[in-house]
Amino acid sequence: MFSSIINPDFFASAIRIAIPLALAGLGGVYSEKSGVVNIGLEGIMLTTAFAAVAATNFSGNVWIGILIAAIVGMLLGLIHAIVTVSFKANQIVSGVAINLFASGITVFLSWLWFHETQIMALKSLPIWGFRVPAPEEASSLIRGLIVVFAHHSPMVYISFIIIVISNILIFRTPFGLRLRSVGEYPQAADTLGVNVTKMRYIAVLISGGLAGLAGSVLSIEQAHFFVKEMSGGRGFIALAAMIFGKWTPFGTAAAALLFGIGEALAIRVQGVYTIPVQFINMIPYLLAILVLVGAIGRATAPATSGIPYEKEIS
Amino acid sequence: MAQYLIEMKDISKTFPLVKANDKVNLMVKKGEIHALVGENGAGKSTLMSILYGLYQADEGEIYIDGQKIVISNPNIAIENKIGMVHQHFMLVPPLTVVENVILGMEPRKNYFFIDLKKAASDIKILSEKYGFKIDPWTKIEDVSVGIQQRVEIIKVLYRGAEILILDEPTAVLTPQEVEELFKILKSLKRQGKTIIFITHKLNEVMAISDRVTVMRDGKVVGTKETSQTNTSEIATLMVGREVLLITSKEDQKIGKTVLRLEQVSAFNQHKYPVLKDINLSVKEGQIIGIAGVEGNGQTELVEVITGLRSISNGKIFLYEKDITGLSTRKIRELHIAHIPEDRRKRGFIADYSVAENLVLGSHYKPPFVKGSFINFPEVNRYADQLIKDYDIRPAVKENLLKSLSGGNQQKVIVARELQREPILLIAAQPTRGLDVGSIEFVHKQILKERSKGIAILLVSAELDEILSLSDEIAVMYEGRIIETLINKDVDKGKLGLLMTGVYK
Amino acid sequence: MDKEKLQKENLFFSIIEKITPIIAIIGALFIGSIVILLMGEDPIQVYKMMFGLAIGNRDGWGNVLFRATPLIFTGLAVAFAFRCGLFNIGGEGQVYVGTFLAAFVGFTFTNLPAILMIPLTIAASALGGALWAALPGFLKAKKGIHEVIITIMMNWIATSLTFYLALLYKAPPTEEMRLAGLPQMIPHTSEIAETARLPRIASLLSKINISFPSHNPLNVSFFIAVIAAILVYYILWKTSLGYEIRAVGYNSAAAEYAGISIPKNILLAMMISGALAGLVGTNEIMGYKFRWRQELFLGLGFNGIAVALLGKNHPLGVVLAAILFGTLSYGGALVNIFTAGKIPRELIMVIQAVIVILVVISDEIIKRLILRRKTE
Repeated sequence: MFSSIINPDFFASAIRIAIPLALAGLGGVYSEKSGVVNIGLEGIMLTTAFAAVAATNFSGNVWIGILIAAIVGMLLGLIHAIVTVSFKANQIVSGVAINLFASGITVFLSWLWFHETQIMALKSLPIWGFRVPAPEEASSLIRGLIVVFAHHSPMVYISFIIIVISNILIFRTPFGLRLRSVGEYPQAADTLGVNVTKMRYIAVLISGGLAGLAGSVLSIEQAHFFVKEMSGGRGFIALAAMIFGKWTPFGTAAAALLFGIGEALAIRVQGVYTIPVQFINMIPYLLAILVLVGAIGRATAPATSGIPYEKEIS
Repeated sequence: MAQYLIEMKDISKTFPLVKANDKVNLMVKKGEIHALVGENGAGKSTLMSILYGLYQADEGEIYIDGQKIVISNPNIAIENKIGMVHQHFMLVPPLTVVENVILGMEPRKNYFFIDLKKAASDIKILSEKYGFKIDPWTKIEDVSVGIQQRVEIIKVLYRGAEILILDEPTAVLTPQEVEELFKILKSLKRQGKTIIFITHKLNEVMAISDRVTVMRDGKVVGTKETSQTNTSEIATLMVGREVLLITSKEDQKIGKTVLRLEQVSAFNQHKYPVLKDINLSVKEGQIIGIAGVEGNGQTELVEVITGLRSISNGKIFLYEKDITGLSTRKIRELHIAHIPEDRRKRGFIADYSVAENLVLGSHYKPPFVKGSFINFPEVNRYADQLIKDYDIRPAVKENLLKSLSGGNQQKVIVARELQREPILLIAAQPTRGLDVGSIEFVHKQILKERSKGIAILLVSAELDEILSLSDEIAVMYEGRIIETLINKDVDKGKLGLLMTGVYK
Repeated sequence: MDKEKLQKENLFFSIIEKITPIIAIIGALFIGSIVILLMGEDPIQVYKMMFGLAIGNRDGWGNVLFRATPLIFTGLAVAFAFRCGLFNIGGEGQVYVGTFLAAFVGFTFTNLPAILMIPLTIAASALGGALWAALPGFLKAKKGIHEVIITIMMNWIATSLTFYLALLYKAPPTEEMRLAGLPQMIPHTSEIAETARLPRIASLLSKINISFPSHNPLNVSFFIAVIAAILVYYILWKTSLGYEIRAVGYNSAAAEYAGISIPKNILLAMMISGALAGLVGTNEIMGYKFRWRQELFLGLGFNGIAVALLGKNHPLGVVLAAILFGTLSYGGALVNIFTAGKIPRELIMVIQAVIVILVVISDEIIKRLILRRKTE
């Protein structure tokens, strides 16, 4: 019974579910490390889930779809940056507006371009990695390892690379040092000639681009279609993962994996026990609340996250 | 070579609501320590921020070594070998010393990565050259204020600065740390560095500077050779009139014990002990001054008495009645008045009117409420009265508090608190950032309360304020009261040593 | 500058400050017209149709006010929490739970007379919303956990929970279904008791001989919404409770210093906010469909945020903004029908989002402008 739930396929699906959360959560890390709260991640994921399918279908190339999703994500990030960094408007309000905009524009364009609100993706991503050997060809350990780690869509590997690079970028490079200092104490960075505005723009653009990749994974890779409101709060769960992961790339990825495991478990349990599907659906959100309650006291947000930078007037 | 290393000519700068600099001229010679003095708001920091490229002047020119330059951002200042140590340290607390020092000009290895090892060894070499001791790998949030200041100086030297601007560097230091700093400054001067030293403490001007420039109301009112002047001349220039620096006070009969703390201990939010076994009592008609370097538990002491922070151990009594653990509201109802240390943070609600602020804390009680509703006619009548009694300007009760000057904001707080007929007044940094007139007003009010027989606890970072007002002085160090002195012939030097914990 | 000129200038700025929403609306309609142009339609014609159909006659007005009613509730909810420094973006979930509880009370206590039933059902609406807002309020008050993510999570949980409950209390099959041997396929509850229903405006007006289309859905809930707005105004600006709530919102450290309990006020503000959102049940359940079905409420909570921002978090502004959004929403739906779907109604959502962004931007621009002018 237990092994019918917890097996290599289970972990493989947990990783797949975790990928968009990890990417969007990573977007949150960049943005908040620089001092900008980005609750527009949800809307960016939704818009780019649509953009990925639309661009794939128009171009006939799934990679172009992903690229367009990333670009659209960055454009929305740019709007967020203009509103919050240049105009110094409330960051949460701007994020909410992006989410409202996303709900409207995706359905609007769905009707306009496809005359329906559920759009199938005409192309999908290939599977990269090793072929899963038949039981007689290899031991169950080898088979299991391949299923979990080496038999995925390219986006899974790309995400792994992005996570590792982000960790290096944020903690080992001049860019990362400046990013962190801008979020912790922008006045200090400013006095040393670090351009706070520029750093925040870059961070929010990266954040949008990563949320764009996350959105494309949602639609093109996982669902193979776009449907309205399909992001389903994942942008916010990604923020919960970021908080639980203490605003670090590895921590966020690990927390995203926790959510992946939770959701994968919920899906599996459904087949075994008769739990109403609505309660299964609640699990990620309940988990997010629990995670946030658990993260309190040990989490340390970047000190000026959420606060626009104004030069002090003495 | 030009006669002056730095020439700032006819500099003007206007901010929303204030003209911070008005045709200011400043000339600094190479290799000198030049003191820039003036009251709060005189425009010293603005002028230096312009020199450092943080602000751009609306008018005027800057010459370095005879060359005219436009300093549009700090990078250009750094290129011209100008460095600035800010009054509020510009250090990122969760980062290490080395990360803070190299921020903005990080040495690299393999093009992509920061070379932290090289940076750390560079910092070691620099700090040894000037006789500091600094561990490059500790985090800023874990080191003392004095060390943080050295990190700031290292940061400036690391950028190759020849001109160092120090903005009120002694404000947060003990007298002993000030001496250490002066030694460092003298050693920097010997190495040929030029130093601009901003302060409003005249004894420091006399002790360290070669020349002094005095500012008032955004203008320069004079530049003198330090050896050719004296404190009273500078003081007169600073405030524009003769000032009496000492407040006189009459003898006062001491009455019953009003406030008594018994073995009080408390933690901060990180479960770190910030108050340790505090014993303290304040009697009727007595002013107890709490002296100490900031951050040694004074803030927390006030918070536990006023119910803003819970205590982990001990008891607090008011007229021998146990008030430990009461809520802030209950404590206020016992007629304990509180002038908070950070006026803008806790003292008022900037977006409320003067009238609304004058009833803050009493807003829920008759006569200011009728049933659940606020009794506006009564609130307004009360506000008009207090505005008149305390001379709050402009005398418009509808004005939002944020539109008032600092001095008038403080008057609103003082009026509100004293009008509640306190039996105990807790005044924390009551004159911080105020102009001379307002300081005088606040001091008079405090002494007036004392003469009414009210018990007063005065917390101040200004030693002169403590010395001129208190009957007894309790010295705090690392969360303890390490000594209580009767304020008669108190030796300032001894007080300084106590503040550094030497007589522990 | 002489005093008179200064006063004139101040008056000018205070007017400008108040009309930033109008600037934002014009800007958003302009951007909307670019979109319409790109679609190959004539924006002037489209807007003419939109506003002409929406507010050109009594039926249109009735529909606009009917659509504005729930937005007044959710807009007030957001505005009230905002005054305490809280961002309640959980209106959606609070609406689901409040409306469901209203429906539950309505179809359960069918024996009570209207005089008890109507207040009871209204109370159930408010209570449901308040309860759903209590947990995020509690977590914020006691643990300092930011309310934004928690309220969002509560929205999704409410979506699932109420959907589950709707299936649990699903209406029995209708006569036709029963005869055809079919089960009830629509996930909606039974109808609430007659005694729990609010009268339609049409039926009230017909009693005093004013003609009003009888099919028009506008009902007494609109007046409840207006009363709620007036109450919110009085609570916030005239009572000591409102004084405390706003004090916490403006400066919690100063409020704490003055002996105002921050946790108590946060929890209270959150629950009152939730109750306001829950009151949507008076319109949709008690006055319109008389039964609970999830689709009725989609997006009301989120649009409430836009309404509150456009209304500058002031009750009067909220009512006006809700009426504007009601107009856009009804007009947009009609345009969609009359152009045979050529102009999707979601255009309205896009315009709403643009309004929000433009409101916050123009607020900041005006703030800076005033500051700069004052220095000269």
